[in-house]
Amino acid sequence: MRYEKPESTAEAVRLLANEAGLARVLAGGTDLLVQMKSGMVEPDLVVDIKQIAGMRTVTPEAGGFRIGAAVSGAELGENAEVVAQWPGVVEGFNLIGSTQVQGRCTMAGNLCNASPAGDAVPSLVAANATARVAGPNGERDVTIEQIPVGPGRISLAKGEFITSIFLPARPARSSDAYLRFIPRTEMDIAVASAAVNLTLGEDGTVTAARVAVGAVAPTVRLVEPAAQALIGTKLDEDALAALAAACSAAANPINDKRGTIEYRTHVVGVLAKRAALIAYERAGGRK
Amino acid sequence: MNMRVKGERAFKVVGTRPPRPDGVDKVIGRALYGADVSAPGMLTGHILRSPHAHAEIVSIDTSAAEALPGVKAVITSGDFGVPEDSALRDVQDHCMARGKVLYDGHAVAAVAATSPAVAKAALKLIKVEYRKLPHVTDVDEAMKPDAPVVQSGLVHETVAPGFSENVTSYCEFGHGDLEAGFAKADRIIERSFTTAATHQGYIEPHACLASMNADGKADLWCCTQGHYHVRAVCSAILGMEASQLKVTASEIGGGFGGKTTVFIEPVALALSRKSGRPVKMVMSRDEVFRATGPTVATSTDVKIGMTKDGRITAAEARLRYSGGAFPCGTVEMGAQAAFAPYDLDAVRTYGWNVLTNRPKEASYRAPGAPQAIYAVESVVDELCLELGLDPLDVRVKNAAQKGTLSSYGPTFDDIGLMATLEAAKAHPHWSAPLGPNQGRGFSAGFWFNFGGNTCVTLNINTDGTVSVTEGNPDIGGSRASISQMAAEELGVPYEKVRTVIGDTTSIGHSDITDGSRVTFAVGLATIKAARDAIQKMCSRVAQIWGIDEEAVVWEDGYVKPASPNAGDFKPMSIEEIAAISFQTGGPIAGHHEVNAEGAGVSFGVHIADVEVDPETGATKVLRYTVFQDAGKAVHPDYVEGQMQGGAAQGIGWALNEEYIYGEDGRLQNPGFLDYRVPVASDLPRIEPVILEIPNPGHPYGVRGVGETSIVPPLAALSNAVSRALGVRMTRLPMSPPTILKAVSAAGV
Amino acid sequence: MKSIHVAATINGDPAEFVCEPQETLLDVLRNRLGLTGVKEGCGTGDCGACSVTVNGRLVCSCLVLGGEVQGAEIGTIEGMADADRLHPLQQSFIDNAALQCGVCTPGILVAAEALLKKNPDPTETEIRYWLAGNLCRCTGYDKIVQAVQDAAQQMRGA
Repeated sequence: MRYEKPESTAEAVRLLANEAGLARVLAGGTDLLVQMKSGMVEPDLVVDIKQIAGMRTVTPEAGGFRIGAAVSGAELGENAEVVAQWPGVVEGFNLIGSTQVQGRCTMAGNLCNASPAGDAVPSLVAANATARVAGPNGERDVTIEQIPVGPGRISLAKGEFITSIFLPARPARSSDAYLRFIPRTEMDIAVASAAVNLTLGEDGTVTAARVAVGAVAPTVRLVEPAAQALIGTKLDEDALAALAAACSAAANPINDKRGTIEYRTHVVGVLAKRAALIAYERAGGRK
Repeated sequence: MNMRVKGERAFKVVGTRPPRPDGVDKVIGRALYGADVSAPGMLTGHILRSPHAHAEIVSIDTSAAEALPGVKAVITSGDFGVPEDSALRDVQDHCMARGKVLYDGHAVAAVAATSPAVAKAALKLIKVEYRKLPHVTDVDEAMKPDAPVVQSGLVHETVAPGFSENVTSYCEFGHGDLEAGFAKADRIIERSFTTAATHQGYIEPHACLASMNADGKADLWCCTQGHYHVRAVCSAILGMEASQLKVTASEIGGGFGGKTTVFIEPVALALSRKSGRPVKMVMSRDEVFRATGPTVATSTDVKIGMTKDGRITAAEARLRYSGGAFPCGTVEMGAQAAFAPYDLDAVRTYGWNVLTNRPKEASYRAPGAPQAIYAVESVVDELCLELGLDPLDVRVKNAAQKGTLSSYGPTFDDIGLMATLEAAKAHPHWSAPLGPNQGRGFSAGFWFNFGGNTCVTLNINTDGTVSVTEGNPDIGGSRASISQMAAEELGVPYEKVRTVIGDTTSIGHSDITDGSRVTFAVGLATIKAARDAIQKMCSRVAQIWGIDEEAVVWEDGYVKPASPNAGDFKPMSIEEIAAISFQTGGPIAGHHEVNAEGAGVSFGVHIADVEVDPETGATKVLRYTVFQDAGKAVHPDYVEGQMQGGAAQGIGWALNEEYIYGEDGRLQNPGFLDYRVPVASDLPRIEPVILEIPNPGHPYGVRGVGETSIVPPLAALSNAVSRALGVRMTRLPMSPPTILKAVSAAGV
Repeated sequence: MKSIHVAATINGDPAEFVCEPQETLLDVLRNRLGLTGVKEGCGTGDCGACSVTVNGRLVCSCLVLGGEVQGAEIGTIEGMADADRLHPLQQSFIDNAALQCGVCTPGILVAAEALLKKNPDPTETEIRYWLAGNLCRCTGYDKIVQAVQDAAQQMRGA
């Protein structure tokens, strides 16, 4: 195995594109090193992108934020502006692993690991965030939900990697929230999860919504009917029930050591309801 | 909070909380654990493990691995003999499969190489041809006559016909007329329960460094609960004289019973013998889960009859335990412990041990008792609910006491069960209000406690300080309590005593650190060794003063004339006696060697409050209180630590910990990610309440405290969850999907 | 397999080492630099026994490559005491009997020190969540939480 730490995006692309064997990008390493330890992945080349300018910075852009691909959970959690605007995105990201893992893990890494249960992903999907991808043919912006295509598989081509994630500007009276279910209070992989992103009108009626669910399908899913269940309501009981039903209906989970189909299908609706109420309150809505 | 019950002796050092002698080393990172030492020219040993639950080993080709540069030795079962003794053969076969692999993770070959990278590459070059066999991992399935047979020819004559060959032994305990007893009951409840296998979950993986020379002498450094046992087993497997193998116990990073046997140690010795180099082996966490430790998985039926006013009239339990692919006797402990907290006229327990394609069970804190008592205490709780009785009052009404004929045979001496029950009843926790979706559970617990073979040497140094050498690895602060007892008996300050754990050449055989025996048995031997030294010091002083030995007494660290008639002599301190010991006959030391009896059984009771989220099945432990009889608490901090630590492990067992096997018989969660031990944020404060009912079998009244605390949490949590939900839970762990399923099945 | 040469600062002292590209910081610290106070409990970031700081940030050294720490400042348990003066956390762990086997202790102390630097007055809940990635199997965490609270109080007073 070779270890390289290029100082420019172009050089990183060149290294990744020219490697004949297996190449892996290293940002936080909290998935990659575990996979290497178990022998699941044996890369011929590891490209550490942390020396590249911009990879570790958060920059305001067009009313939103551009977050470098190597910004850790701990770093983003300390960014008061991002926390204020996108609390659901940050709380999802900050739920990954332990305090120690937060010192290293990245949103781009969580996204590219392509686990259906990645905690950073549902909120990014609900936020309508985009990933900037650099590659041999230059840069392109891709919506978050286009990145993973199945468990452990992503749509990026050879030589491509994510350089940043962009959180867009948002209207007044908007906020988001993320909840996951785990058997313990910390340190587990989500059994089911839900992110809700809301914008309210002046009277507290939901005017825009995006709802995403995790760990209940091969990839994180944006649930359009769930959003429709909320729009035009003030999150009354019927709206919440419809939201839960839409999320459960969108679920297509598996039985595994972490949960059953029946359990995941039910709990994802419960989580969506609870997350919606939190997002609503954060957006200034009063019940 | 400490509550003294009776039998006070005015202790000066025992009962205080001095700093532990190994504390500084451990907080600065200097303490040396199993993986922390190296040797010049050291190789790294790695093990190739079976990917199958059950398969015949058709062939193993190690030639390509042997040819890899940097590989210095490759071994398989062919490098060992075949021991005649069946217990030893089981241990060896567990360390290295012979003919058949019996579980996912079973070792089939090992390499020693110049680096971990080379060793790992070599493992990939070993070609093993397997012929897969049908497997069975569930205890009830394994008992059926047509189940795949894990190992043949191991059935004990006690087993009735009609079972699979996997059922290797049967046992039965109890007394009285069950039929008459059940006839007197107003209400009888019979239920079945299951518990998953759990792992001890010590944070330090098994590790050792072995070095064998061409002359057959060998040194072994390892993390173990019993280095004399390691010496006995390894020397027998390697065909060595015990005297030629020196075993040194490292600091041990947790054991809980899981480090009472050997796994990699004989392999490392064999690799060292073959390569002529020191070999270090350190298990990965994956290996720890797949190839060491777990408890038995169990299936139990309990039937109890009770009168309307809460008297148990008859009780019966059928226990089916599987300790993996090799026979084990744990079910006998469960069958004996099941009804130990009760004074019963009619009681019977029946136990079967069953083979399955899982790693061999290793002891885990009160082995066998938590599972049995979980089932019993669940049924008692359900009877209390149905009959509208207070669960604590019912325990009091039926509690075993001094003079009770126990359910497993012996008649109890002074025991602390009633005192713990009374303390629980008086504690504010028992009467605190509960909110919606909350429940309070109660359970009693019991452990036998052991004594056993123990050696202690206590040297009076020439400056009057004291060195104690003992042979039991310190897994929870025992060096501090041993030093305290030496200081107490000699009347010297704690700071003057240092206790060390000798290697196998520096002191005689000591049984494994298990059975909650160390503070009791090593403490007893230390006190007796101190008395031996005192007797010698009295003799020296009598000699100096020119009077009879009977004319001197030992008092508060001084030799004094026994009475004014003996003469007018200035009392002599230990320092003074030690300073001139070379002139009075030479160095002074006390010894004691004993097979200690009278350990004194241990009881504890726990109260748990939980809140269950009815929409997700998540259980939060809100409040937890432990009441336990410690005999005399030598170092109360470490007694509390045992009570809290055992409770935390039991809480994990009750809620989330389990070995999960797939259809293919492979372990699906061999890591701390999905084998979910409690993390700090999962637990509330765990309040310990120490009761001190002196054990008549120990000079200071000490009882073992290490194991009882893991017994009650299973039922305490299950009863709390059942009461919160209004649904009786009958399987552990009560993971969230299990709870929601139980709720929906009950239609609540 | 080309070895990598790395220069870093470890516990305030300059240190250089050569490691293989796939070697973790944990392996480097333990096997090449003799800092065996850093423990390996799992190698997968699930137990926290290998906790160290890299440029002040708490991490699991098993999830960092040795090659990544060029120029970095690394803190381990071996650097926590000031010569023979124990850090208040270390003393508090002894005084509170917050260790039994002690193998998780180095990682927990390093993690707790990082917490108190960020938050000198943490609540019990904050302590429990911050330390959730540090498994202890002996104590039930009770005395650990108490020891951190006591040390925090003492450090605030100092």
